[in-house]
Order: sequence, then C-alpha cells, then structure tokens
Amino acid sequence: MGNNGTVWLPESASTVAPEVDWLFYFVYWTSIVITLLVVGGMIYLVWKYRRKSDEDRPEPVKESKLLEISWVVVPTILVLLVFTWGFQGYLKLTVAPSNAYEIQATAFSWGWSFDYPNGASVGNELHVPVDRPVRLNMSSEDVLHSLFIPAFRVKQDVLPDRYTSVWFEATQEGEYHLFCSEYCGTQHAEMIATVHVHSQADFDEWLADAAMDEDVPLPELGERLFGQQGCQQCHSVDGTDGIGPTMQGLFGSERTMQDGEVLEADENYLRQMIINPGERVVEGYQAGVMPPYGRLSEREINALIAYIKEQ
Amino acid sequence: MDSSKETQSGAAPETEHQEPHNYLNHAKTIKSWLLTLDHKRIGVLYAVTLAVVFLIAGLLAMAVRVELFVPGETIMDNDTYNQTFTMHGIMMVFLFIVPSIPAILGNFVLPLHLGAKDVAFPRLNLASWYVYMTGGALVVTALLVGQVDTGWTFYTPYSSSGDMAILYMTMAIFIAGFSSIFTGLNFIVTIHKMRAPGLTWNRLPLFVWSIYATSIVMVLATPVIGITMILLFMERLLQIGIFDPALGGDPILFQHFFWFYSHPAVYIMILPAFGIISELMTTFSRQRIFGYKAIALSSVAIALLGFLVWGHHMFVSGQSAISSIVFSLITYLIGIPSGIKIFNWVATMYKGSIWLQTPMLYALSFLFLFTIGGLTGIMVGVLSVDVHLHDTYFVVSHFHYVMMGGTVIALLGGMHYWWPKITGKMYNETLGKIAAGLIFIGFNATFFPQLILGAQGMPRRYATYVEEFTFLHQVSTVSSFILAAGLFLVLGYMMHSMFFGRKASKNPWGGATLEWTMTTSPPDPHNFTRTPIITRGPYDFHLADEVFGPRHTGDGAGDGATEPATPAEREASR
Repeated sequence: MGNNGTVWLPESASTVAPEVDWLFYFVYWTSIVITLLVVGGMIYLVWKYRRKSDEDRPEPVKESKLLEISWVVVPTILVLLVFTWGFQGYLKLTVAPSNAYEIQATAFSWGWSFDYPNGASVGNELHVPVDRPVRLNMSSEDVLHSLFIPAFRVKQDVLPDRYTSVWFEATQEGEYHLFCSEYCGTQHAEMIATVHVHSQADFDEWLADAAMDEDVPLPELGERLFGQQGCQQCHSVDGTDGIGPTMQGLFGSERTMQDGEVLEADENYLRQMIINPGERVVEGYQAGVMPPYGRLSEREINALIAYIKEQ
Repeated sequence: MDSSKETQSGAAPETEHQEPHNYLNHAKTIKSWLLTLDHKRIGVLYAVTLAVVFLIAGLLAMAVRVELFVPGETIMDNDTYNQTFTMHGIMMVFLFIVPSIPAILGNFVLPLHLGAKDVAFPRLNLASWYVYMTGGALVVTALLVGQVDTGWTFYTPYSSSGDMAILYMTMAIFIAGFSSIFTGLNFIVTIHKMRAPGLTWNRLPLFVWSIYATSIVMVLATPVIGITMILLFMERLLQIGIFDPALGGDPILFQHFFWFYSHPAVYIMILPAFGIISELMTTFSRQRIFGYKAIALSSVAIALLGFLVWGHHMFVSGQSAISSIVFSLITYLIGIPSGIKIFNWVATMYKGSIWLQTPMLYALSFLFLFTIGGLTGIMVGVLSVDVHLHDTYFVVSHFHYVMMGGTVIALLGGMHYWWPKITGKMYNETLGKIAAGLIFIGFNATFFPQLILGAQGMPRRYATYVEEFTFLHQVSTVSSFILAAGLFLVLGYMMHSMFFGRKASKNPWGGATLEWTMTTSPPDPHNFTRTPIITRGPYDFHLADEVFGPRHTGDGAGDGATEPATPAEREASR
C-alpha cells in the first residue's frame, strides 16, 4: 500500500476524500485553538489565583453577561458552519452519479464477493477502474457487515434482505484496504479485502480474464476460489493447523468425526463438508464456525475439490 | 426509626471508646449493613460493589490491550477476544458507569445536600441495590452457561443467532435497569419534597441539579432498553419476527430502539460528573460558580435534548439521509450547553483562591479530558467526516475520553473529595497527587494514539489488525499499564487510609455546602442533629461565616481545620 497520507488521515485516493480531509482539518485546527484557549486560561488562572493563605476569602465576582453571551454565540456559529459543510459533503457521498459503473457486492461471514456486469465474480478482491465513478450495490447473506475503504473515505453498512449502496471515484491506481467495520463475529477482524484500482485498459483486460472461468482448468479455478472465498483464512495448505483442518494430505485420509465414526475423505465427503459443514464435524474442531457454501456453482465445487485433491 | 432497630440488632455503640456516634459505628453486624435503610450505608454498599465490577471490567480491558500489542494472536484467540471486549463493554456500561455516580455519591451526598434525613423512599433505595445485585448475578450466570460475543450493543441479527447465554445477558440488563429506575424515581421525589427550609431551587448545590436531570433521564429512558431487551428475548424464544430479517423483522429498528436508550444513557453517565466538577471547582477556588443558572438549566436542557439525537449513531446504518441530517443538526445544539459548562468552570477560578489538592487535580484533568471528548464529539457529528470515522478507533477513543476521562475522573475526584465525609479518614495527599498524575498521563497516552489509529482507518472490535497500525497500538498498550498503575495506587492508599488514615475533621476542604457545614465526619446516622435552615446559596463563601469565622478576624480556615482552628491544628493538618 502506498503511503502519501498525513499524520491523521490515510492516503487519499478518491474524488470525495480531499473535501472530507479539508473539513476534518478545519474542525481539527479549530479544536486545537479552543483546547489551547481552555488549557491556557486554566493554567493562567490556577497560577495567578493560587491560594496564598488559608485565610484567603475572595469576594464573589460579578458575572459578565457579555462574556456569557459571546461564548454561546460564537460556538453556535461555528457548529452551524461545520454542520452545513458536513451536510453538503454527505449529500455528495450519498448520491451517486447516474453514469456510475455498477458492481454487485455481497458480504457474508466472513468475506466479500463482487459480481461484475459481464458475469465475472471474484471474492475478497475488488477491481475498479481509475477516474470513473463506481457504485456498489450491496447486500449481506447473514448478519450486518459494513464496507469501509479508508483511502476513499467511504463506509456503508451492508444489511441482509435490503440493498444499500456506496459510490466512489478512485483517483489513483494502486491497492487499498477494504475493511468490514460492523462487528460480525469470530473472524470480523480478518474480513479484509483488497481494492485494486487499475487504468481503464488494465481493468478491461482483467475483467475479460475474470469472466473466463469456463476455460480455466478445474484445479486452477479451485486455487483461485480457495483464496477468493476466504477458505485459506481457516484452512492451510502447508500442514499447519488453523481454525479448521489443513488441506495437506486431506484427500483419501481417514477422518474421525465428533461422534466417533471414521470416514474416508473422498469426493463425496469433501462435497458434503463444503455445502453443509455444520452437519458432521471432525473431532477437535468446533461446529458452526464454517458457514455453508451452498451458493457455489456445481463447477466451482468441482474446482475446489480438484484443488484440494492436489494438496 | 429504622436505625434504632439496627442499633438493637447490632453491636452496642457504647463499646466504642470516645468515638462519637456515627453512621459507621452505631451498628456493626453484617445484617445491619445488608438490611440497612440508611442512604449513606446503601451508598457504601454500592461503592464496594461497583469497585469490584470496575476492577474486573478494567482487567478485561487490560487483556484486550495486551492482545492488541502485536497483530495476530497474542494471548487469546478471536472468539475469546470477542467475548472479552463484549464483557468489558457490558460491565462497564450497564453495571458500572450508569449506576456509578448516582448510586454511590448521589445516595451518600444528595440527602446531605438537601438537609434531609434520608431519601424519600429508603426501602425502595435498598431494593434498588438488591435488584442491581440480581442483574449482576444473571451476568455471571450468562458467563457460566455460554458465550456472549455480541458487543455491548447486541446488534441484530448477529445477536438473534448466537449462543443462548445472550438471553441471560438481555435479562440481566432488563433487571438491572429497574435499579436505575428506582434510584431515579427516589431522587426526583426527594429533591422535590425533602429540601430543608429555605433551600429554594436557586440555592440547590449544582450536584443536586445534575442528579435531578440525570434522574429524569433514568426514569424516562431506561424502560425503553428494558422493552428492547424483552423484545429481543421474545424474538429468540418465541420466534416472533421483530428485528431478525430471517423472521421478517428489521435490524435497523433494533438500532433505533437501542440508541433511543443508549444515547440518553450517555447523559445518565456524564451529567452527574458535571455536578461533581461544579462542587470541586467552587470549593477549591473558594469562589461562587460562574453562571449558576446557566449550568443548572443546561443540565436539564441536555437531559431533554438528549432524547432527540440517537440517530447520530446510525449515519451509515442505512437510515434515510434526511434522518441523518436532522439528527446531526440536533446533535450540534446539544454540544452548545456542554461547551458553556466548560467555559463557566474555567471562569469560576477567576479571582478565586485556588487550592491544588487531589480532588482539584481531578477536576482540572476533567476540564482538559472532557474538552477533548467534546471536541472529538463535534468531529464525529460532522456528517461527511463521520462516514469515515464511524466504527473506528476514533469513536472508541472519543467515548473513552467522555466516559472515562469525564465520568470516571469526576468520580475519582468526588471520591477523594467526599472520602473524609464517607470514612471519617484522610487519605495520603502526596500519593493522591502522584496517582492523579499517573492516571492523567496514562489515560492520554493510552487513548490519544487511538484517535490517530481511528482516523487512519483502524476499525473497532478487531482481534487483530493490519501491520501499519502496530506502532500506535503498542504505544496505547504500554501506556494502559501506567493508567492501571495509577488506579491500583488509588485503591492501595484508599484501603490503607480506611484503617490507618488520619482522622478527618468536619470540613477539611472548607466547603460551604451542608454536608461540610452541618454534619460530622462521618455523619450521624440521622445526618443532622437539628433541621438546617438555609439562608444563603451553596457557594456563597463570603457569607459562610460558620466555615471561616466572622469576617476578617482570620481565626478560622477551611484547610483541614476543625473550626475554629488553632494554628497548631492547622500546621498538623498540612
């Protein structure tokens, strides 16, 4: 990830970011001035009127109406000002240009998948063209999630049974974090995707490639899906034990279930475990951790199994 | 009448040699404590209970900080981490900060401030503690029967699908809520009906005004969280679709219900702190409060406006843009009265006589920390900026600046201030100042880096994080140990003073409110030996001849003096 951010804000890579940053720094510097006034006044008064003798008995001071009115009026003007600017900026953030390129985003526990108009579907990677407004139409398969791209200064909750949307226009090619920012359970912290901003030409090329699933050999497609669907977050392919069992040497091995039964890990076993992982759980692992992946297509399941067989 | 009963059941008071009769020594059995109807003893019961809760929830926070020292798994796995921050939040919010100041200091000080013998309904007061304990027991049960990892916000549908232990937790919050309602109701009636002769509304100490405003919110808002929890409970148990989309419910409805309580609850937590700060600033400046009416009425204004801003927690939730805009505007209106208070407190010191004892150090810390808490609140209220900052560490830090930097610091200041009155003992002033310094430095060094983390995009409730956030997380974790050291130091010298502390005089700080001028330290079981008659305002130090002696004779002073102080006594109290 590039780093041209400031001390407070990350790099800014969308059309709305500079405006948000400007407002952030306006409130920031105003706050610094107010804090210095309060703290300065406090320190001065504490020193100036420190108690010199136990018998000190100061006369009560008459209140100043002018002072009181001024510290009501000045802050009121200031907050109404930042309210207005914030409100204008918010309208820009919420209303997408009508010519925006549309991508369907689906959040699930714990990953993202993005569907493109030409049928391409990728997980945990969002590819977008630079200098072109992009609108994500979003929904969730299970609980609340929230799509947050700090470099673009955009965030929107993703809900089950309802569409929400977010739009941005990237201004810099590069890779950026996409976080889930609404708490969603065990792997909330790992529900991170990468935003790839390409030039229009590179994007077109990538998009054509991504839609070519039909031509990709099964194991290769499986490898891609294994990453995109977030499988690698729990299942390693190098023999280390994660939240779920490793895939290394899994195919053809004997697996002891929680109920004691021993099953051979053949194609049907793997298929069951992908589509309905909660039904049978291998001894030593927790039930209910892995979500069912029934939404994968037949070819995608075949591809995953082909990939696992090779490990 | 109740206390005479206690005297019979308890140890005979005459066994105390020369110790004057007071609320702590007139009966000493455990039963006399558990069945007490004395507001002072109930305050102490709450103090002990809440100290335990704060300790546990604080240790959970330390576990969270340690886990975040490096990315990846440090001391616990994701699920354990999620349960840890959930328990930290639930215990701190529902079991500690909401009851804290009203239940401990409100109970102890309010009737003393009013010149009353007790609160209006002493039995209801005791009941509130038992109800609270029942809620606490259910929280423990929830921990034993399963896992709660929903965060303290219980957002649906995640909470509708989790472990059954969530049901125990929602029931615990439902029940603990009644303890708030009882306390609030009791205080409202007490303030209306039990003021001493001459104690007009304009002569009420500002602590009383703040407790009054808080009580209104407690009584009006708490039922909503109760109802919400019951709805969540019924949805889960009877499968009625209310919040869960799988059953045809609406998850955003839950957020509306939840914040309709939880935003006003923020004012339940912070308003009493305002009250304490007003007391500390005046007593330790020996000056009238600047803008009494502005402070008193702004508390009530905040309490009422506080009901109209809940939607600012939901700018990116999917609620309509119009709602967000309206909520943002009202949020700013509520920022103004809070700002006025800060300016008023600073102005109170003008031409005062400022005495930097430990409670005053906490009051000054509060002014600084609450200013940051308030201004970061303005930042997250800006619609377009909030879109970026929402659900990040910026928000985490903002509310810790308000809740801990505000409420907990004020509570610590108040505990030090009233400690001589509550226990009859003085704490060690030097250690007190050191601890106040450690807490101030530790707090800022823990939470200021989190503001930067959040603005840089670090989402909250993450068990692990991307590498670029490591440095700031480490600063925060290391500093949290300084903060913890300060708090443990307070615990240590407070416990020490309870047994070995120097005896406190009646009015060690030279306060001009009734608890200092009219009661002994610790007070009599019945508070006052005669009904106080009020002839001046709470901060009219220039009229408080009963504290300082007649004007200009110089034969009396507030500092550690039993009046009238002899020079030798004054020397000894330094």
